[in-house]
Amino acid sequence: MALPKHASPLEKIWHYCYLVICGLIFLFLIAPILIVIPLSFNAEPYFTFTEKMLSFDPTGYSMRWYDLLLTFGMQAPDVARDGSWWSDAWQNSAWIQAAKNSVIIGFFSTILATVLGTLAALGLSRPEMPYRRAIMAILISPMIVPIIIVATGMFFFYSQVGLANTYIGIIMAHATLGIPFVIITVTATLVGFDHSLTRAAANLGATPTTTFFKIIMPLILPGVISGALFAFVTSFDEVVVVLFVADFDQQTIPRQMWNGIREQISPAILSVATILVIVSIALLTTVELLRRRSDRLRGISQS
Amino acid sequence: MADATMGAAPTQAQPEQLTTVDGKPLKAALMAAQAKARRRAFLLVLPLLAFVLVTFVAPIGQMLHRSIHNPGFTEHTDLSDGTQTEIMVNLRGWFDANPPGTEPDEAAYEALVSDLVLLRELRAQGAVGTRINYEAPGTRSLFTKTTRRAERLEAPFKEAILDIDEDWADPQLWRVMRDASSAYTLNFYLAAVDLEKNSEGDIVSVNENRAVYILLFQRTLILSLLITALTFILGFPIAHLLATLPLKYSNILMIFVLLPFWTSLLVRTTSWIVLLQSQGVVNDTLVASGLVADESRIQMIYNQTGTIVAMTHILLPFMVLPLYSVMRPINPSYVRAARSLGATSWTAFRRIYFPQTVPGIGAGALLVFILAVGYYITPALVGGSDGQLISNLIAFHMTNSLNWSLAAALAALLLFGVLALYWLYDRLVGIDNLKLG
Repeated sequence: MALPKHASPLEKIWHYCYLVICGLIFLFLIAPILIVIPLSFNAEPYFTFTEKMLSFDPTGYSMRWYDLLLTFGMQAPDVARDGSWWSDAWQNSAWIQAAKNSVIIGFFSTILATVLGTLAALGLSRPEMPYRRAIMAILISPMIVPIIIVATGMFFFYSQVGLANTYIGIIMAHATLGIPFVIITVTATLVGFDHSLTRAAANLGATPTTTFFKIIMPLILPGVISGALFAFVTSFDEVVVVLFVADFDQQTIPRQMWNGIREQISPAILSVATILVIVSIALLTTVELLRRRSDRLRGISQS
Repeated sequence: MADATMGAAPTQAQPEQLTTVDGKPLKAALMAAQAKARRRAFLLVLPLLAFVLVTFVAPIGQMLHRSIHNPGFTEHTDLSDGTQTEIMVNLRGWFDANPPGTEPDEAAYEALVSDLVLLRELRAQGAVGTRINYEAPGTRSLFTKTTRRAERLEAPFKEAILDIDEDWADPQLWRVMRDASSAYTLNFYLAAVDLEKNSEGDIVSVNENRAVYILLFQRTLILSLLITALTFILGFPIAHLLATLPLKYSNILMIFVLLPFWTSLLVRTTSWIVLLQSQGVVNDTLVASGLVADESRIQMIYNQTGTIVAMTHILLPFMVLPLYSVMRPINPSYVRAARSLGATSWTAFRRIYFPQTVPGIGAGALLVFILAVGYYITPALVGGSDGQLISNLIAFHMTNSLNWSLAAALAALLLFGVLALYWLYDRLVGIDNLKLG
């Protein structure tokens, strides 16, 4: 958006004002996410920059809140840090337990959502699909319906069929919430999919299964993986359904954070937040690389 | 696909019906092939559709049923072995035999006492009292108190019961019991919009100090509109900047929009608590710069301001992404043409550029509004008391007051609103055009 040479002074002033405004809005977007990173290294139990931190005094910074993440909930946190200390942490640390649960639930719900969602997206993007619009609307609706309504409905239903307080119940619930993302990303990949490729494969004697795995799958794989990542993030960040459907000892990272924020907010929350921000940066990078690869594969060039 | 013999020879007078090699009429063969293709496509979707119907549609349908069905006054389920017992049989018989508005007579009180005796055996008086208490506040203790002495009561029952508590004569109580004697009722919907039936059965507004739900629906609407407007005001300039910059720069700036989108909701909410609380970064900066005195730090979190700021931040990407995807393909030569024809830059923007972005504005605004109306997590964590939305009230009735039918009725009203907007979104934008980054 270069300013033309003939711009009047007023236009020039407005142009720079506009750039400053945009800069401030970008700051509004990104600052809250980045601010937690330095604060999580605070040596004091405060949520603000201490004077020592501002003057970059090393004693103002510490890893104590990250350490607390490991030791919180351990049976003997104060003994020497040898093998048994680490196994104690692995077995009993509340945050590690929560992380394990989150990963297990996220992993299986992602698999479920991705497999079912990809199949459905293949069907939905065929031109002869009947009732396409209505079915699509139903499949996307878990993203639109307020989460409290979903959680309430699932609470009653799962208690009745005996799925409440089980991992299977939470996995099914999270898969349902992740499905819209898989459908959206995979159908987006299938837009402009060259169907003459599948016909060519069939013409050369490939069975439908061979065609799927050798021709379709490699082409849509980037979309499938980004859909899977979306589904995983959805599950990994979900707290309301877990609060309603899960058992008390089925803690997940978001639930643990939720409790932490509601009861006694401590900088340990900030260190979890920092770890999660780093995870999301990694995920964002992966998805972006996948998107570019997908565009290249499909011949949509991007300068 | 079946191979068609394009058969009719030009010399033949009567065009022969087109057939495939195996002799089937071509039309039928094509129809069969198409039906097969449709079935195939549908079979691919079927597993997911079945899964979503079971795990999502059925639970919500069942919850909606709960909003009109509450058997608290008609049957009792034993929690230990699950046996169901019909309760209040005699009283319900009396209600059936007498039209609404009949003054309860000795027979009615006799029926009541015999039912209360059964309640005592089942230990169900608390549950029944709670059910009546939903609609006639302050009556739960009547049931527990009277049931305790029900066995020892003797005729005439009317005087005996009124002896225990005068409130039993309240016509409103009898109206509520009559309504509750049928498990199906619309009274929870009335309660969800601050209405109730009076003792004559007419629908009236509830007492002003009990009217909370309309107020909360209003607040939810106003805050959602405000947040939608804010995301538009903040989103439009940056979407425009992203759309007009060369791709290599805009791809980098896009990270600023996508990173919040990918970051955990709880992390973003936590960040706002850290920034805005009275000992937080923003207040500290203001105090250090001398703009605000140390003792008058601004309360920006745990109130409506907190909800608005945090939700605007969280929903901003949902506005920027649709705007960006509409703005990117806009041809800059239109604006240039307008300028060269003598329009000022403001006129060119207002008359030429802005109208072309309207579809993006519609898509973004609808999406943000739909998501904002049902928001739960952020208001619950940073909303304090005046920043709560309707979702938080549903959660309150689910987990604290345990009035599940009222929670379901409120949820149903919210759901219908959201589904109407969703339908509108599908009409105007199309769900296929939903983009994620």
